[in-house]
Amino acid sequence: MSIFGAQALPNLLALSAPSLAHLSLLDIAVIAIYFVMVIWIGFYLKSKANTSEEFFMAGREMTAWIAGLSFVSANLGSLELMGWAGSSYQYGILAAHWYWIGAIPAMLFLGMVMMPFYYVCKTHSVPGYLKLRYGQGSSTVAAVSFAFMTVLMSGVNMFAMAEVMKIVLGWDLNFSIIVSSLAVAAYVALGGLRSAIFNEVLQFVLIWGGALLVPILGLIETGGWSGFKARLAQNIANGATAPGDYTHMWRSMGHFADNPMGIHWTGIVFGLGFAISFGYWTTDFLVVQRVLAANSLRSARLAPVIGSFFKMAVPFIVILPGLLGLVVLQNPDGSLMHLVGENVVAANPGAGLHSYNEVLPLMMVRYLGPGLLGLGITALIAGFMSGMAGNVSAFTAIFTYDIYQPHIVKNAPDEHYVLVGRIVTIVGVVISIGAAYLVMNAAGIMDYVQALFSFFISPLLGVVLLGMFWKRATKAGGFYGLLMGTLTSIGLWAWVYFYPPALRYVALSPDAKGMAENMYRALWSVSTAVGVNVIVSLFTKPRPLSELAGVVYGATPLPTEEPVPLYKNEWFWTAIAIVIFFALNIYFW
Amino acid sequence: MHSTGIPIWFFIGVLLTIYGAMIFGYGLYELGTGIMAVQNYHASVWWGALMLLVGLFYLIRFRPSRTN
Repeated sequence: MSIFGAQALPNLLALSAPSLAHLSLLDIAVIAIYFVMVIWIGFYLKSKANTSEEFFMAGREMTAWIAGLSFVSANLGSLELMGWAGSSYQYGILAAHWYWIGAIPAMLFLGMVMMPFYYVCKTHSVPGYLKLRYGQGSSTVAAVSFAFMTVLMSGVNMFAMAEVMKIVLGWDLNFSIIVSSLAVAAYVALGGLRSAIFNEVLQFVLIWGGALLVPILGLIETGGWSGFKARLAQNIANGATAPGDYTHMWRSMGHFADNPMGIHWTGIVFGLGFAISFGYWTTDFLVVQRVLAANSLRSARLAPVIGSFFKMAVPFIVILPGLLGLVVLQNPDGSLMHLVGENVVAANPGAGLHSYNEVLPLMMVRYLGPGLLGLGITALIAGFMSGMAGNVSAFTAIFTYDIYQPHIVKNAPDEHYVLVGRIVTIVGVVISIGAAYLVMNAAGIMDYVQALFSFFISPLLGVVLLGMFWKRATKAGGFYGLLMGTLTSIGLWAWVYFYPPALRYVALSPDAKGMAENMYRALWSVSTAVGVNVIVSLFTKPRPLSELAGVVYGATPLPTEEPVPLYKNEWFWTAIAIVIFFALNIYFW
Repeated sequence: MHSTGIPIWFFIGVLLTIYGAMIFGYGLYELGTGIMAVQNYHASVWWGALMLLVGLFYLIRFRPSRTN
């Protein structure tokens, strides 16, 4: 950024107009300082990433707090901040399901039940665990599918960020993609996972520092939560806002037709709450990698629990601004602003319409003055970059450990794999850039990502769970379970894509909509993976128990941990998290 | 975290201190000139001051000479 003069920079960035906001020099300074800081961290940590254990696993030295914040931050990508704020404007508080039942049970399960097995076997990745449990075949299938998914996700992040910067600030798409990807490539290639984790913690603080002010000021303006509900009810009564239950999460879940998402509670509980959520939070290496870098088993178990508290709080900076937008956003003439779908905006160019996904930037522009707006924009950029860096660092570890080492160069010196890791980081970013340009032609980013989840993540969940808790599961069972689960998912997706009426069979109702399809597809996929795994395992020879030590429940002696005071005990904090989780769902029932 | 030298919390302290000072300073300038936006509620002043205080706390608490 230093190559640009202070006066020339605003003009250079404002490559197209109109945009939602115009940055002052103070805002630009805030953004520039952030980039300087992340690069500084990368250079500083370069000397701490000399061995493969340091580069790929951050030396397994992370405290529970750092691992926990990084665990949540890696997930706070583009879709989290922008997509769900827009969804909450459109669907109301139903969007919070993705933060609560769609995350908390799985995070706590990972920490309390699964983490000991991941940690005790000292695996470096989830495919690495599959190799120990099922052999090379399953590991390679999982590694290749994960690597493919990860670079696509990274591309999605990159494209979404560039789109946001274009809409909000008028920045050129190519400029945003190149600058952000160069920064991510630099700090991950230099400092490895430790640099990615440090930056994710920094980005987490920035996201809160930049975005928290919006709901606070929004609630002050509306007179608190009750004041907001009163204004919303008034708007609905006089026809200014479309009728609907925007402030309750479960009341409209009795039938697909009763809520605007077209979802039934069984889809939310079993599809989202189990198949998608457990698949993502317990087997997606992007997030699990952060916890594997913890400095002890207790830290590894506490990290997801700490993360769960922050995850429960994220709706405050994502869902609440979307809801508040329903009553506070105004047109220049003072009338209530109505956001619309992307297709409506595209069909009416020049009409001054804004899409649902613009609600968060619009709220920022409404409430944040010079400096604070720069901080809010930095929060968005930080969110995008943390998601991108998470994908790139996970891709690098998987490719090097689970594809390159077992299949290409088996017994090279440690320095060789570190060098490969640095090169693959750069290559991963380059492929992501290519993916970003590919995604520009995708109809909807959210659906695209949901489809990817169910393709690869849900069947992996079925295979990992069975492998971890059933000694009888065999190598062939794991391989065919994973393969058939993935093919089932792709097959169902293709069926509905080419023959839309098939949705009623996949999601079990003629009233189901796209979101429900994703949930039920994930459920069928994990069920297939488990079913095939069980059947094939029963007809094939199991491994001797002695070979399963460290990877299967019942064959793994767990290390006894030193007693700690109650306030440091992971079970205590898990119990608190469960109580808060139920309280939130009951309060917003 | 001793093997990493400077802890991450120190970096956070540096960033929050710089941001807090910039935003708080601008907030004071806004107050002096009366150009505050209607919905802003002097947020630059109190949010900037809060960031500055939190940043200074982390800066001092996790300064490298102390943590090493």
